Amino acid sequence: MGAFESILLTVITAATPLLLAAIGELVVERSGVLNLGVEGMMIVGAVMGFAGAQATGSPYLGAVFALLSGMGMALLFGFLTLHLVANQVATGLALTLLGLGLSGMIGEAFVGQPGIRLTGIEIPVLSDLPLVGRLLFGQDVLVYLSLALVAGVSYVLFRTRAGLIIRAVGDNHASAHALGVSVLKVRYLAVLFGGACAGLAGGYLSLVYTPQWVEGMTAGRGWIALALVVFATWRPLRVLAGAYLFGAVGILQFHAQAHGVAIPSQFMSALPYVATIAVLVIISRNRILTRVNTPACLGRPFVPDR
Amino acid sequence: MKKLFGIALAAALGLGMASAQAEDKLKVGFIYVGPIGDHGWSYQHNQGRLAIEAAFGDKVETTYIENVSEGPDAERAIERLARDGAGLIFTTSFGFMNPTLKVAKKFPDVKFEHATGYKRADNVSTYSARFYEGRYIIGQIAAKMSKTGTAGYIGSFPIPEVVRGINSFMLGAQSVNPDFKIKVVWVNSWYDPGKEADAAKALLDQGADVISQHTDSPAPLQVAEERGAVGFGQASDMIKFAPNAQLTAIVDDWSVYYVNRVQAALDGTWKSEDIWGGLAKDMVLMAPFTNLPEDIANEAAAMTDKIRSGEFHPFTGPIFKQNGEVAVEDGIILDDGALLGMNWYVKGIDDQLPQ
Repeated sequence: MGAFESILLTVITAATPLLLAAIGELVVERSGVLNLGVEGMMIVGAVMGFAGAQATGSPYLGAVFALLSGMGMALLFGFLTLHLVANQVATGLALTLLGLGLSGMIGEAFVGQPGIRLTGIEIPVLSDLPLVGRLLFGQDVLVYLSLALVAGVSYVLFRTRAGLIIRAVGDNHASAHALGVSVLKVRYLAVLFGGACAGLAGGYLSLVYTPQWVEGMTAGRGWIALALVVFATWRPLRVLAGAYLFGAVGILQFHAQAHGVAIPSQFMSALPYVATIAVLVIISRNRILTRVNTPACLGRPFVPDR
Repeated sequence: MKKLFGIALAAALGLGMASAQAEDKLKVGFIYVGPIGDHGWSYQHNQGRLAIEAAFGDKVETTYIENVSEGPDAERAIERLARDGAGLIFTTSFGFMNPTLKVAKKFPDVKFEHATGYKRADNVSTYSARFYEGRYIIGQIAAKMSKTGTAGYIGSFPIPEVVRGINSFMLGAQSVNPDFKIKVVWVNSWYDPGKEADAAKALLDQGADVISQHTDSPAPLQVAEERGAVGFGQASDMIKFAPNAQLTAIVDDWSVYYVNRVQAALDGTWKSEDIWGGLAKDMVLMAPFTNLPEDIANEAAAMTDKIRSGEFHPFTGPIFKQNGEVAVEDGIILDDGALLGMNWYVKGIDDQLPQ
C-alpha cells in the first residue's frame, strides 16, 4: 500500500462521520429546525451501534441499531420542540447532555471490550486494482452511503417537489401552512432523518473508526458537524467539501508532525478548524446567495392556528 | 458543555449520597476528572476505589463524582463530598490541586489526598506514580523488536510528565540501539479515540513499526493490530484490544496505595506525606510480556526487577540534552525535583519540544 493511498484511506475514515452527521443536520435546518443535539444523538448511536453488534454478532445490524437509536433521540427532540413548542436551542443542548449521560450508563458494561469491526467490501478484481482499487471499491458500506446521501439530499432538495416543500417550510412556515402543507409533519420527518444520520455517524465511530466503546468517544464531532452546516451555507456539496477538507488537514498535520516540521503542535491541532472555516467562508462569500440559502425560519417555532 | 454535565452529575450524585449515610463508617470520597468508563486514567482510579470496597467491606463507604472539570467546579464538588461527611477524599487529577487545598483549609478534620500535585498541607497528602520506570522497559523492548529502527510516540500535552516518559523511553531504546529514531506526534488531547487512531496511522505510514502512546484510549493499539505492527498498552492492560500487537502495558495500579491509606485513616496513623511510588511500591505494574521472543521477554522481566529493586534508575548519567549539553553527569542519578520539572529532550530525539 503506497503512502499516498494510505493517507487518502485515513482521510476518508476521518471525514465520513462528520459528513454523515452534517448532511442529516443540513436537512433538519433546511426545514427550519435547529437541533443542537447532534453530539448527543451521535454518542447514543455510538453506544447502541456497539451494543447491537455485540448482541447480534453482526456489525451491519449494529449500524441499524445506531440508526434507530439516533431516530429515537430525534423523536424526543421533535416531540418537545414541535409538539410542545419548547425552545429549540435549550432542548438541543439538553439532548446532548442527555445523550452523553445515557450513553455512559448504557455502555458501562462494554468498557474494555473490543468491538466488532464493520469491514470494507471486497469486489473481485476491482478491489485489487492498483492505486485506486481499495480507494474506490474497497470501502465500507457507510462510506458509500454517506456519499450517496450527499447526492440524494442535493437532488431531492433542489430538483424535486418534496425538496421544494422542505425548503418552503424552512423559509416561510406560515405561507407553507397556508398552502396546505403540514409544517409539523415535514419538520418531524426532517428531524427524524437528521437523527438517523447522526446515529449512523456515531455508529461509524464505534464500528469502523475505532471499534470500541469508551465514554465521550465522539469528542465534539457533533459540534464540528453543526458548524460545517453553517459554514457551508446549507449546501450539500459544500458540506462534503468541508468534511473532507477538515479530515484531510487533520491527517496531514499529523504527518507534518511525524516528519518533524517545526511548527508548534498546538497550532497544528487548530489547523483543521482554521483551514475549513477559511475555505468555506471564502467559497460562501457572496452575501446575497448566502442569504438566499439561509433558511429564514431557522429556529423559529411554528404553532398552527393560534 | 462538560461543565454543565459535571454540575448536573454532581448534584444528582450529591442527592443520592445524602440519603444513604451511616454514622460510624469511614466515608471515602473520590473526584474524577473523566468518566469512569474511559478505560484509562479515571477508570484505573475507580478500580482503586472498588479495591477499597472489596478490602474493607462494611467498614467503609465510598462515593465518587466523575467528569469534574479542573476549575471552580472542582472546588464545589470536593466541598460537597466534605460536607456529606467524607473523612478521606482523593482528588485524582493535577488540576484539582488548588481547589483541594482551599477545601482542605475549610475542613481541617477531613483528610485529603491529591494525585500528581506538589502542594501539601497538614491534612493534604500528595501521591503519584513513576510511570517513567515502565517507559524505560518498553523503550528497550521497542528497540529490540523494531525492524525499521523507528518508533512512533503519541503524546497528549507537552507537560513534564509526558516529556519524562518520552525521554525515558528513548534512553531505554538507545541502550539497545544508539541510532534508534523516535517520531513524536502530539494530539493535544488526553482522550480522543479517533484522533489517537489517526495519529497512529500517520506514524505507521511514515515508517514507524512500534507504537507507544501517552494518551488514554486503546485506539492506537487497535490500529497497530490491524496493520500488523506492535505497541504498548497505556494505563490498563489492553491485551483484549490487541491480542497480537500488545507487547506489554504500563498499568496504573492505585489499589495497593488506596487500601493502605484507608487502613492508615482507620487506624489513626494517617499523616500528610508525599508518595511518588513506582514498580517498587506496586503503583506501576507491567502487564504480562506477550508476543515476544522468549529471550526479549526474559530480559524485560529482568530489567523490571532491576528497577524495582533500586539497582538501576532510568535517569542515570551520562545523559545529554538535544544540543549536546550535559544534563546529568556520569554516574549521577537525576533528582526528583529535576524529574518533576523536566522540559527538555534527550539527545537523539529529532522532534522540537513545543513550549
